[in-house]
Amino acid sequence: MIPELGNMALALAVCIAVAQSVLPLWGSFVGSRQLMRLGYPLALAMFVFVSIAMVCLAHAFLTDDFSVAIVAAGSNSLLPTVYKFSALWGGHEGSMLLWIWILALWTLAVALFSSELPLDVLARVLSVMAMIAVGFLLFSLLTSNPFARLLPVFPAEGKDLNPLLQDPGLVIHPPMLYIGYVGFSVAFAFAIAALIGGRMDVTWARWSRPWTNLAWGFLTMGIMLGSWWAYYELGWGGWWFWDPVENASFMPWLAGTALIHSLAVTEKRGLFKSWTLLLAIFAFSLSLLGTFLVRSGVLTSVHAFATDPSRGIFILIFLGLVVGGSLTLYAFRAPSVKSSIGFHWLSRETFLLINNAIFLAATLTVLVGTLFPLIMDSLGQGKYSVGAPYFNAVFVPLMALLVPFMGIGPTARWKKDRAQRWKLLLVPVAAALLMGLLFPLLYSEVYHPLVAVAVILALWLVFSLLTDIKEKTGNAANLWAGLSRRTPSYYGMVLAHLGFAVTLLGVCLSSHYSIERDVKMMPGESYQLAKLNFNFNGTRRVNGPNFVADEGEFEISEGGSSYILLPQKRRYKSQMGSVMTEAAISSGIFRHVYVALGEPLEDGAWAVRLYYKPFVSWIWYGAVFMAAGALMTVFDRRYRKLKA
Amino acid sequence: MHPVRKQRLYVVAFIVVFSSAAVALMLFALSSNINLFYPPRDIAAGKAPTGQSIRAGGMVVEESVLRSADGLTVRFQITDYQATVDVVYSGILPDLFAEGQGAVASGKLDEQGVFQASEVLAKHDENYMPPEVADALAEQHQTSLYK
Repeated sequence: MIPELGNMALALAVCIAVAQSVLPLWGSFVGSRQLMRLGYPLALAMFVFVSIAMVCLAHAFLTDDFSVAIVAAGSNSLLPTVYKFSALWGGHEGSMLLWIWILALWTLAVALFSSELPLDVLARVLSVMAMIAVGFLLFSLLTSNPFARLLPVFPAEGKDLNPLLQDPGLVIHPPMLYIGYVGFSVAFAFAIAALIGGRMDVTWARWSRPWTNLAWGFLTMGIMLGSWWAYYELGWGGWWFWDPVENASFMPWLAGTALIHSLAVTEKRGLFKSWTLLLAIFAFSLSLLGTFLVRSGVLTSVHAFATDPSRGIFILIFLGLVVGGSLTLYAFRAPSVKSSIGFHWLSRETFLLINNAIFLAATLTVLVGTLFPLIMDSLGQGKYSVGAPYFNAVFVPLMALLVPFMGIGPTARWKKDRAQRWKLLLVPVAAALLMGLLFPLLYSEVYHPLVAVAVILALWLVFSLLTDIKEKTGNAANLWAGLSRRTPSYYGMVLAHLGFAVTLLGVCLSSHYSIERDVKMMPGESYQLAKLNFNFNGTRRVNGPNFVADEGEFEISEGGSSYILLPQKRRYKSQMGSVMTEAAISSGIFRHVYVALGEPLEDGAWAVRLYYKPFVSWIWYGAVFMAAGALMTVFDRRYRKLKA
Repeated sequence: MHPVRKQRLYVVAFIVVFSSAAVALMLFALSSNINLFYPPRDIAAGKAPTGQSIRAGGMVVEESVLRSADGLTVRFQITDYQATVDVVYSGILPDLFAEGQGAVASGKLDEQGVFQASEVLAKHDENYMPPEVADALAEQHQTSLYK
């Protein structure tokens, strides 16, 4: 009964979304305030009905209703409660419902917090978001209904959630990622509303900026959680694989990064207007493309659980409509947008332009690498795969090129700057060069020139930011007065840029200084890895809620101290012989020690993975800084002042 | 020249130089880093290049997995039920690697026709088979029907 209720709520949500996408928009054309005012109640109704559907589905999962097809396929009565709940978005159908629920949440948030917007703009924004909702609701109901039943004969027990997904990281990774993905629909809707209305002044940028920063922050967190999960859960200690599905989330992030910087120029200086509109369309189109790549099953990947051609075709048509429609609208409307103001080439505008060029180039290289196998395959040219070396070869130089400009950009003045003023950056340059060149020498016996380059770049970024803070607070009576005069936007930028430096260091240092060994170990045997001594005390049998495991005991002596790590090899009861490696990690700020059990060999010996990974956690700390910086900017007073 | 035009010229020149550099870099990287998939029958027929980075995949032959004394070098065979290829891999195999299941290896074919794998990927769950393997098996099935 309850699943039918959910189904009905979803069907009603479609009707509401259709009304929402037509009525307020229509009202904005004929000037009917009544119709335009429908935007908010409809957004609320939509959110309520999609929430009812979510609750019904959650109920089915929590009460082990195996007559519901996706519960039977993705849950099990032995599954711990928290994973029963997250199993809701562990499969295709449920994750599409989550997508829709988050879209409804964003739509409601825009309706609630935009009292300062002119009524017609808000009406158009809400209508555009509702159009996206119509597409996804229909997709869900027609091709992947989460409430489909297995009647009259249904299984007594569910097949269980994929063991890889039974992990705290996977409880929050999909919602975070989706909040980010779907959040770009707000920037997109603002852009489309501006194009429809023909009013593309600076206020457009000011309205959509906090929303875009917020979405970008969540997307950053989502990607970071996915990378962290892959690192400790997939059992081989990699944190980024350039897997097509990772790329699918990374492309909107790259385009989104270009967008938030270009929005800054449009808001502050009224420049790059049409370019910013185009980027908003790109960022959301790439989110849709990502959904298509992941959900259609065209790609080989961890995430490609569904292979149903009708789904792929539906999303492809939807993608075509959205991208085609918005670009056509853009082609007709954008030429009327003109930036009459110029800027000198020595100005902050130039640096933000360089940022945009580099991030767009990065987006395109990732796009080419991701789509190349698909295009070759559809042309019958054979089955190719584009490996990590391609992505590293193009991506690393692009990012290295970015950083020198990233250091000057925040210090540079809008409109026109004098190069003499930048003498103040000579000290950071010299300090970064000196310390960067010395670092690899002091850190290890082998001198890695690339490490020197990375450390120079990261330190340059940090020192130039510090110089900038000093310069901008220098005129104040005291340090505190100077610091408190800067806005949350400014500190958000500083934090996000610092985060970039931290991630950069983490990536480079961990990839150059990691020591990784696969070895065979007998119980009682020990192995020396750098300054660490691993002593294998053998394995024992342990029982989990829905698995049995061999748990290895490793005693690690590091300097004077020693500690125990207990990696497991789990065998899940519900899935015959489904084995999973649970690595054990000793995490510290400066290094991780990683132990994973491979396979049992003869006489109680095991194949074992032993890793020493310095600075690896900095990759994720940096991402957290970036996300926190983005969230901080949202609290800037100038966005709240808009509320009349 | 008018300063605004001069400035536009700089911007356009920058974009042209930068984007052509990016495209050149991209094409160069792409040309040297793509791996083509070969089913076992193509490898057995000598259609696959040796000493070049490629991928091979199929079902792991039952009872073909052999471990060396150090425990870390593994030999096994993959098949599309038409031809089989020997694969050698050093390291820890993925959790879901098993005899009678699909697997894809990337690496190089040596002069003896043995596939030296640098990476082995196995299916991710019960329902999942690498699409290349599924296609290779389906094609094989089709051709055997015509025989």
